[in-house]
This record gives sequence, C-alpha cells and structure tokens, in this order.
Amino acid sequence: MRHSALVRVTHWITTLCFLALLVTGIEILISHPRFYWGETGNIHTTPLFKLPIPASRSSVPTGYGYVLPDQNGWSRYLHFQSAWVAVLTGLLYIISSLFSGHLRKNLLPGGADLSWQAFSSTIANHLRFKPPDEEESWSYNLLQRLTYLLVIFVLFPLVIWTGLAMSPAIASVFPSAVSVLGGQQSARTIHFFVSVALFLFLLVHIAMICLAGFRKRLRAMITGRAGIDKEGA
Amino acid sequence: MSDLSRRKLIIGGLATAAGASGLVVANGLAKRYGLIPPDNGGLYGLGETLNYASQRVLTSHSMAREFPRSEISNPPFANDVAPLGEAFKRLQEGAFAGWRLLVDGMVARPASFSLAELKSYPSRSQITHLACEEGWSYIAEWIGVPLSHVLGVVGILPQARYVVYRSIQPDWWDSVDMADALHPQTLVAYGMNGGELPVGNGGPLRLRVPRQLGYKNVKYITRLTVTDDLKRFGEGLGSASPEGGYAWYAGI
Repeated sequence: MRHSALVRVTHWITTLCFLALLVTGIEILISHPRFYWGETGNIHTTPLFKLPIPASRSSVPTGYGYVLPDQNGWSRYLHFQSAWVAVLTGLLYIISSLFSGHLRKNLLPGGADLSWQAFSSTIANHLRFKPPDEEESWSYNLLQRLTYLLVIFVLFPLVIWTGLAMSPAIASVFPSAVSVLGGQQSARTIHFFVSVALFLFLLVHIAMICLAGFRKRLRAMITGRAGIDKEGA
Repeated sequence: MSDLSRRKLIIGGLATAAGASGLVVANGLAKRYGLIPPDNGGLYGLGETLNYASQRVLTSHSMAREFPRSEISNPPFANDVAPLGEAFKRLQEGAFAGWRLLVDGMVARPASFSLAELKSYPSRSQITHLACEEGWSYIAEWIGVPLSHVLGVVGILPQARYVVYRSIQPDWWDSVDMADALHPQTLVAYGMNGGELPVGNGGPLRLRVPRQLGYKNVKYITRLTVTDDLKRFGEGLGSASPEGGYAWYAGI
C-alpha cells in the first residue's frame, strides 16, 4: 500500500523518538531496578518484583558487586524532550488521519474483515509465515489493523498517562489520574509493562517487515512507493 | 513555473511566515509570564522549556496531594548522605543551637534566623509524598514554617523572581521561582513525623517543595537569597543540578 507523505514523516519521527525513549528509559530504570505497587516504594519496602540486573546507584541492593555509571541527567532531559516530539507528532498523525480518512479506510477493520473466517485465515497465514501476496500488500490485514489500533489508541496513551502520573507537579493538578492507577509507584510499574509491550511490538513489527521483504517495505515507508521489487530481493 | 507549484510555494511561504511569527509571539509571551527556565539553552533546552512552561501554567493553583496519617511510610526512609563536614559536626554537638538561616538579596530587611526563631512562627504540617528521580519514594509528615512567611518577615522587593537556597554542603544549592517560593506547601521544614527532622532527612533544616522531586528539596539549608536574575549564581543555570547534568525544574 502506498503510504502518504504524512504517514511516512510521522512514522520516522516516531521511530526516532521511540528509540530515544527506550534507551533513556532503560537508563533511568537501572538507577532503581525494583518495582512496587501503591503510592510508595523504596529499598526498605517489599518490591512487587526486582529485575536481576545491576543498578547505577550504590544504595540499591542488587547482589552485584559493582555499580553501573549514572547517566540519569541527560537521560531524563532527552526522555522528556523525545516524549514531547512523539506526543506532538502523534497528535498530528491522529488529527490528520481523522480528516484524511486514513483511520477509517486503512486502520478500522472493514465489515468483511471482522468475520471469524477472515480472522482465522489471517492468523493461519501469519503462523505459516506466509508472505503477503501482491493484492494483500496494498492494504493492512485484520491483524495489522487491530495491532496498530492497539498501539495508537491504547498503548501510547497509557504510556503517556502513566509517565505523567509519576510527575509530582502533574499529580498535584490531576490527583485522580494517579489514584485510579493505584498510586505513583503503580504508575511506574504500569509504565514499565506498557513500555515492554511497545518494545515487543517493535520486534514483531521488524520481524514482519523482514518476512514481507525488508527492502521493499523499507522503501515503501521512505519513498511511498511499494510496487514490485525490481532489485529482485 | 506552473500554477500548482506557484500555489504550493505561496502556501508554503505563508505557512513558514505564520509559524515563525507564532514562535516569536510564543517566545515573547513565555518571557513575559516567566515560563522560560534558566537551563533553556543547549540540546535539551526546548524540551525543558516545554516541561517548565506547561507545568507552570497547569500548576498555578494546584496543591500537592496530602495523605492520611496511616499512609506515612514505616519505617521512615532516609537515603544516603555524603559525609557532613566539620562545621556541621560542631553545630550538631551543640544541638544545632548555633544553626542560622541567613536571608538576604532583594529583601527590605535582611535577617538571620535561629531554629528557635523559625519555630516561633506559625507552623504548618503536611503529609506528602517525596519521590526521587531514581524511582523510589516515601510519604512523611513534614513540619515547618511556610517559606512565604519567612519571606514576609524580611519583605521581598517587587522585582524578586527567584529564591536561591544554599546548604551547608557546598555542592548543594538550588533555586525556585516565586510561584513555588510563595506556594503555601513550600516549607522551611524542621520537623518530621511528629518529631525533630532527623539528620538523615536533612535536619535540622530542609527546604520542602512537595510539587517537585527529591533533589529540589535541599537538605541542611543555611542561606536564602532573593534575586531577580539567576545568572549571577554559579554557572547561571539556576542550581547545582544543571551543572551536574540534571534539569533545574524538577516537577517531572
């Protein structure tokens, strides 16, 4: 399918932001690789779980005999800056998708797609690692549509919400946005799991692109032209 | 040149002009309403300015969440403190009777307060959440005199825009804008959980800014300086934090 210029530009800006958010998020995380539920949590309280990794702060008991370098300063600056660019880009994408019909035509599943037969055949094709034929590659299949909708309208909003819920200033303005999550430490824990889900999406997304023809799909997302792969892959 | 490309060129030019003048107007408004943080330069200046400006607008009337007594963390938490120097130890041996808080800068009546004097002012107690940028947190009751009261005693001049606060630990100093300095929950704290403020938590005197992260709540404060410009302090970035790579504004 031919990607519009707006889809292509917002796709790559989001990609860059997501990679920056991922790297800096991991960097911030390793200063305290313990997770809690509720409002508070620290080394004197029982964690929900701990990640079996060393920490960048000596005060955290990890069982490792060494401490990783602390890079939280620039990581936090870059995390929030990338978040701003990602959120503004995401808003541009959603608003223009509403008006251009991209959302309705390309993302919302059509009537015929929603039958069990269509659903099971899409899943069967995926399980057999069957690359899409020429006709299929002109539109998103049902699984793609549902996954993209989940990422755009569930995972991204949730990761933004839980991220903001960790901010003491935002918590003072929207206290119920924190309490419905169970507290600020719960927000941090959910933020971690949603980030893991987004990372898994990235891995599957890349795997699917490889399956569908990496060069062809990459070119389609850069130039907008899908067409027949003249280079013969 | 075809009509289509000319039209595109005109629309593109108008959009660029509108965008550029929008940025100029936004910058002017942001400066006028104090929405530009001191660490607005460099690679991350844009994100930092957006954080500070948006939260400053949102939090103009907000109060940090306060919790019931049953939510106070038990055991009370205190993180590691760098070794305190000889000056601190001498004051500690004297039960901090000699501890002074000097208040100077753009004030009508510069003064130096003992702990007893600070405790004689109307006190405020609040049970709030303290979160460290690392990820851990605790809830405690904080008791102290609102910073706004201390500033009222010395009389801040109309051009005041920031309060710089310094610790007996020379590496730690920070500043808040007047919105945070005059906020009713910003305390010069001397008590915690019904007792004295433990040394591990910043005793005898700590600035408590509950709408910002832990590192903004500088321990062992000895001096407040009211100013209209942060350029004169340190490297001009508003606190020791940006000098160490951390954001000046710690609301997120």
